[in-house]
Amino acid sequence: MTRYLLSILLWLLALPVQAALDPALVKQLAAEDSDAKIAAIQQLSATPGAEVTKLLQAMADDGLLQAGETLFLLDGEQAIDAASGAPTQPAPEAYESVTVNNRVRSALGNVLAGMKLFDADRAVRLAAAQELQSNAGVELVPVLAQAMDKEADAGIKALLKQAHAQASLASPEVALRLAAVRALAQSASPATRSLLVPLLDPASEPDVAVRQAAKQSIDAIESRLVVGETLGQIFTGLSLGSILLLAALGLAITYGVMGVINMAHGELLMIGAYTTWFTQTLFRNYLPEYLDWYVLAAIPAAFLAAALVGMALERTVIRRLYGRPLETLLATWGLSLILIQAARVLFGAQNVEVANPSWMSGGVEVMAGLVLPWNRIVIIGFTLFVLALMWALMQKTRLGLFVRAVTQNRPMAGCVGVPTSQVDTLAFGLGAGIAGLGGVALSQIANVGPDMGQGYIVDSFLVVVLGGVGQLAGAVWAALGLGVVTKFLEGWSGAVIAKIVVLLIVIVFIQKRPQGLFALKGRFVEN
Amino acid sequence: MHRRTFIKAATLSVAMAAAGLTSWSAFAADTIKVGILHSLSGTMAISETALKETALMTIAEINAKGGVMGKKLEAVVVDPASNWPLFAEKSRQLLSKDKVDVVFGCWTSVSRKSVLPVFKELNGLLFYPVQYEGEELEKNVFYTGAAPNQQAIPAVEYLMSKDGGSAKRWVLLGTDYVYPRTTNKILRAFLKSKGVAEADIMEEYTPFGHSDYQTIIAKIKKFAGEGKKTAVVSTINGDSNVPFYKELGNAGLKATDVPVVAFSVGEEELRGVDTKPLQGHLAAWNYFQSIKNPENAKFIKMYRDWAKKNKLPKADTVVTNDPMEATYIGIHMWKQAVEKAKSTDVDKVIAAMAGQTVKAPSGFVAKMDEKNHHLHKPVFIGEVKGDGQFNVVWKTKGPVRAAPWSPYIPGNDKKKDTP
Repeated sequence: MTRYLLSILLWLLALPVQAALDPALVKQLAAEDSDAKIAAIQQLSATPGAEVTKLLQAMADDGLLQAGETLFLLDGEQAIDAASGAPTQPAPEAYESVTVNNRVRSALGNVLAGMKLFDADRAVRLAAAQELQSNAGVELVPVLAQAMDKEADAGIKALLKQAHAQASLASPEVALRLAAVRALAQSASPATRSLLVPLLDPASEPDVAVRQAAKQSIDAIESRLVVGETLGQIFTGLSLGSILLLAALGLAITYGVMGVINMAHGELLMIGAYTTWFTQTLFRNYLPEYLDWYVLAAIPAAFLAAALVGMALERTVIRRLYGRPLETLLATWGLSLILIQAARVLFGAQNVEVANPSWMSGGVEVMAGLVLPWNRIVIIGFTLFVLALMWALMQKTRLGLFVRAVTQNRPMAGCVGVPTSQVDTLAFGLGAGIAGLGGVALSQIANVGPDMGQGYIVDSFLVVVLGGVGQLAGAVWAALGLGVVTKFLEGWSGAVIAKIVVLLIVIVFIQKRPQGLFALKGRFVEN
Repeated sequence: MHRRTFIKAATLSVAMAAAGLTSWSAFAADTIKVGILHSLSGTMAISETALKETALMTIAEINAKGGVMGKKLEAVVVDPASNWPLFAEKSRQLLSKDKVDVVFGCWTSVSRKSVLPVFKELNGLLFYPVQYEGEELEKNVFYTGAAPNQQAIPAVEYLMSKDGGSAKRWVLLGTDYVYPRTTNKILRAFLKSKGVAEADIMEEYTPFGHSDYQTIIAKIKKFAGEGKKTAVVSTINGDSNVPFYKELGNAGLKATDVPVVAFSVGEEELRGVDTKPLQGHLAAWNYFQSIKNPENAKFIKMYRDWAKKNKLPKADTVVTNDPMEATYIGIHMWKQAVEKAKSTDVDKVIAAMAGQTVKAPSGFVAKMDEKNHHLHKPVFIGEVKGDGQFNVVWKTKGPVRAAPWSPYIPGNDKKKDTP
C-alpha cells in the first residue's frame, strides 16, 4: 500500500511544478457575459506568473478550449487543464474555443502587454509598449509607472510615457490628469487626439485647468497631424501616379512613339498579371521555401510573355495596318476581346488570387498617424527602376537609337540601312513587355481577372495624350499629376465625383493645348 | 360500315390517341427546367459563382432522391457577366426560350431591379438569395436573403452596445448603387432616431470594381481621430472587397480601434485575403460556416464533396456562406411548394409557398412568411478569425420576421405587407 502511495507521490513530483490557478476564476473566463470574462482576466492578472501569461495568451489566440464544463489548452497534441496545468484524461473529442470578442480581446491585449513590459527581451518590451499606445486602460497606471522607472531604453520609455499619460486621463486625481494632458501634447496620433476631445466638455471634465490644457494639447497635436495628413495625401497621389505610369509607359512607346492606337494594351497588362499568378503557382508547387521571392522571378517572365504576345500581334495584324489609325483601332479592339476570351477559357472567368509576399505586406509607420504600406512603396521603387531601364534602352542602346531614328524619319532611316520593319516589331515588343511589367505591379494591389485590362485602357490613353504624344517625359509628369490631383479631389469629394472632375479637367486642358504638356519641337512634327 | 366494327375501330383509335397523348406528354415533361442566373464573370463573379455551384449541387441532391413529383430537375445555366442589362436579356431567354419553371439568381439589387419587369411581364418566378435593402415586395419574387431588420439594423445595434465597443461615430461606406444607397438611407434615419448627430455620420461611395482604397482609409483614420469611438459599416460589393481589406490590413487599422462591419463579405469573399491583420472585424449574416449543428455539418460536407467531384478551383479549401445557404433553402422550399401545389404553374406555386418551412443549416427552422414573400431568419454577428472563418459573438434568440418596408423610411407605414 505504502509503495503505491509512494509511487503516486513520485509521479506527482515528476510533473513540472505548476502553481494551480484559482479554478473558479479560470472557469469564469468562459462565462457567457463579457463583463464577467473581463473581471476574471483582470483578477487573474493581479498575480502575474508564467501560468497566467500562458493561459491568457492562449485565450487571446483562440486557444482556450472548452468541452462541456472542462476548460483546457492544447500543448502540441496533449490537452492540459486550464487551471491546474495537469494533463486532462481522456483528451476531449469535440471542443470549441472560448469566444473572445473585440472588447475581451482588447482587455486581454492590455493585460498581456502590461505583463510583458518587464520582459528581459527589448523587442518584446517594445511590442508591448506599442500595443499599449492606443488602448491603455486606467487600471494599468501603476504598472506603467513602475515599468517607466525600470526602463533603460529611451525609445521604449517615451512610448511608456505616452501610454501612462493616456491611461491616467481617466484617473480621478486632477493633478494626474493635468500632467497627462500636458504630456500628450507631444503626441502626433489621431487616436490621442480623440482621447482628448471628451476632456473639452465641462460635463465630462469638471476641472477648468485640465480643460484649458486639453485645448492647448489638441491644438499642438492638430498642427502635427496636418503635416502627416498632407504627406499621406501626397504619398497616395504618388502611388496612384506610379501605377498609372506603369500602366501607360508601354502605351507611350506604342502609341506615343510609333503612333499605333493599341486598344489591346490593357490585355498586355492582364497577360503580365496572369504571368505573375502563374509564377506564384509554380513557386507554390515546386519551390515553396522561396515563395516570398516569386515576384522577382515574375518580372522577367511577365516581360517576356507580354513582349512575345505583343510581337506576335505586330507581325500578324498591326504591321498590315500602319498609317491607317481607324482600322488599327478596330482591329486591336477585336484583338483585345479575343485575348480576354482566351484568358477566360484558359484560366476561368473568376479572379485568380495573387498574394503579396510577406515582405510586401503591412506598412511602415514613418511618423505617428502616417503608415505607408510596403506594397505601394515597393511599386514606386519598381516604377523608378522601369523608367531607368527604359531610358537606358532608348538612349544608350543601338535598338533605342534605331527606334528613335525610325520614328523621326522612316524613309531616311531606311535609306541609311536601318531594318525598319524589324525595328517596328522590336519596339512594339518593348512596349508590350513594359505593359507586362505594369501587370506585375497591378497584380500586387488590384484584382487579377480576364477583364482587368479594361479598367486601365482609358487611364493609360489619358496619361499619354495629356503628357504629349511622342514624349516619355511627358507621360511621367502627366501620370504623377493625374495621380496627385485625383487623390486630392477624392479626399475632398469622394471617388465617384473625383473621376468625373479629372476627366473634365483633362478635356478642357486638351481643348486649350492639343499637343499635351510637352510638345515635340522641330521639323518632324509636321507629319 | 358495320356498327360493331365501327365501335371497335373508334375505341381502338381513342385508345391509341390516348396512349399517344400520354407518351407525348411524358416526353415533353420528362424534366422540370430550372434557370440559374448568376454572374460567372466580371466584378461579381467572386460572389456569384459559388451560388451557381450551390444551386447545381442542390438540384443534384434532389434528383438523387427521385426529383420533384417523379420528374428530374434540369438546370439551365446562363452567365449575365456582371452586366445589368444583360441580366434582363438572359432572364427573358430563360423564361421565353428555355421555358424554365423557376429561376434562382441575382446578387446585386441593381441586377434584380433589371430583371423585375421581365418576370412581371412573363409571369415568371424568381428566388433571390441575397440580403438586400428592402423597399420591394413583388408577387413574382421570393426573397430568401435578409431584409434590413434581419441584418443591417441588428449589426448597428450591436456596435452601439457595450460589447460592440459603444460606437458613437459612423462611417457608411459602400459601392455606388441602389443597395448601399438605400441601406445607408435607412441606417442614417435609424442612427438619428438613436440620437447620433449629423456631424457624426460620414457617407462615402466608390464605383464598382474600385481598387484604390488609400484615400478612403486615410479619411476613416482622420474621422476616427476627431473624438468618440468610430465604427465603419461597409456595403462594398464584389471584388473591390479584396483591395479594401488588403489596404485596411496594410494600414494597420485594427478592429479594436475602428471595427468594420460588412454586409456583403462572407467566407467566400475572404478566401483571397490574408485575414490575420483583419482579426476582429465583423460581418452580419443569417448563417456562418462556423455554426455547429448536424444540419450544417451535412451541408458543408455536401458542398466539399461537390467541389471535389466537380474539380472546382481550389476544391480543398471551399467554404460555405450565407447566400449559399439561402440558395439551398430556396430550392428546397420551391420543391416542397411544387409538391404541395402538384404543379409547377407559377401562380399555384406562389400560393403554395406561404408558410413553407425548411430545417436550415443555420440550426433554425426557416419559414416563408404567409404574407410577405420573405423568410423568418435568425441573425448572427461574427468576428473574422485568422483562418478566414467567423467567430459568432452575438445572435438572436430565434428567427426574426422580415420587414421589407423599413419603418425608418418615411411613408413606409402606409405600404401593404403583401405583394
